[in-house]
Formats: sequence, C-alpha cells, structure tokens
Amino acid sequence: MTLYDIIFYLFAIVTIFSAYFVVTVRNIVYSAFCLLFTLFGIAGLYALLGADFIAIVQLIVYVGGILILIIFGVMLTNKITNVQIKTGVFQILPATVGVGIFGGFLLAVLLNTTWVNLDIKTSPPTTFQLGTLLMNEWILVFELLGIVLLIALLGAASIARK
Amino acid sequence: MVTVGLYHYLFISTILFSLGIFGIVTRKNAVMVLMGIELILNAANINFVAFARYGNFGFQGQLMALFVIILAAAEAAIALAIVLNIYKVFSSVNVDEINRLKE
Repeated sequence: MTLYDIIFYLFAIVTIFSAYFVVTVRNIVYSAFCLLFTLFGIAGLYALLGADFIAIVQLIVYVGGILILIIFGVMLTNKITNVQIKTGVFQILPATVGVGIFGGFLLAVLLNTTWVNLDIKTSPPTTFQLGTLLMNEWILVFELLGIVLLIALLGAASIARK
Repeated sequence: MVTVGLYHYLFISTILFSLGIFGIVTRKNAVMVLMGIELILNAANINFVAFARYGNFGFQGQLMALFVIILAAAEAAIALAIVLNIYKVFSSVNVDEINRLKE
C-alpha cells in the first residue's frame, strides 16, 4: 500500500460517495454542491493517471463553467420565494433493479475481459505532446470543435433570448 | 487487488455510469437530468484517460477526453437555454409534465 494507492482510494471514495448523493438527495442545490466534489475527485483521478493538463481543464471547464451554469439553471427555474428547492422522483424501484442489473452486467464484462495492461509511465508535463497532436494529426477536429463551440454559443444566446 | 491498476479506474467509471443512468431515470427536474448526463460523460472520460495510461494508444486517449469536455460544455449551454425556455412556457421544469411541443 504505497502513498499513490492511499491517495487513489481517497479520491475514489470522495467521487463515488458524492456521486451517490448527487442522484439521491432531494434538494437540488445540495446535489449541485455534491457534483462539485464529484468533479474535484475526478480531476484528482486524472492527475493520478498522469494527465495533468486534462485535470486542470476539468477544474476550469467543469467546476468553473458547467457547474456555475447548472447552479444558474437551478436558481432561474425555481421561484425565489420557494425556499424548498426540491425535485420529485419517480420509478425508484424499477430504476434501482434495472440499474443494478445493468451495472452488474458491466462489472462482469469488466472483470472477465483481458485488457491491454501496459502501465506506460508518462512524464508529468503532457502539454507538449497534446499540443503537437492537436496541431498536426487532429487539426481538423480541433477547428471543427471551435466552430461547434461558436455555434453552440450563438444558439444558446438566441434560444434563451426569445 | 490492493495495488491500484487499470481495473480500479474502470470500476469507478462503471459505478459513475450506473449512478448517472439512475439519476436520469428517477429525477423529475430537468436540471437534475442534466447532472446525470454530466456524470455519464465524466465516466466515459475516466475510461479514456485510464486507457491512455494503461493501453497502447499513446496520448490520443487524453485528446479524446479533452474533446468530450469541450462537447459537454457546449451541451450544457444549449440544454440550459432550452430548460429556461421550457420554464417560461410551462412555469415548471418537471420532465413528466412537459408533453407538448406547441406553446
């Protein structure tokens, strides 16, 4: 049990428990805050996997952008005088059974497959390799994603303004 | 099983994926459904980054994770704009009460 393992289990416990609370707590604001801890835990897992740039992007885009958007969504779609911001739930029992069967199936597939398991040790600064790939092999995808982001921005502004 | 390897990361992403589906199926509020979608996208991302480290894809797995994050940002912006419009028309964002496209 090295330090790496201890830090991994810490992040794993934070991620899974807060994700569990995201989907079970009735209060929407609480579950948005639990989503914050889930995203932090996942960023920690990326850092443990040697993907430092992805971890930072996860923190900036998810925690700084998407989570704020979601909290704005919660605030704007509930009446201000309504102190209890709750969500209704339905189909709890069939959903539990179905998701249990599905998750068990996925776990069985995971454990019964022999994955390629090389354990490539990457040097911590991954930005050079990522930038080289983005500007050479994946340049078309990079530009297309820029266009997609622009169209999404314009579309969101024009939909919300109506 | 104590030493952390590929299976541990895949296990976490499996659990996150199942929890995301549970959230999508059981929540009534549309914003909560969005949170379930974010959980599923993050589970896929953990798989991409884990296979970038343990598989033989090099850095392309991390690149895919980056693309997924970008698309998730675009998806969240559009979806919240749609949710705000739905709230203007129906005064509620419960997905079981929204049953017509006409205003």
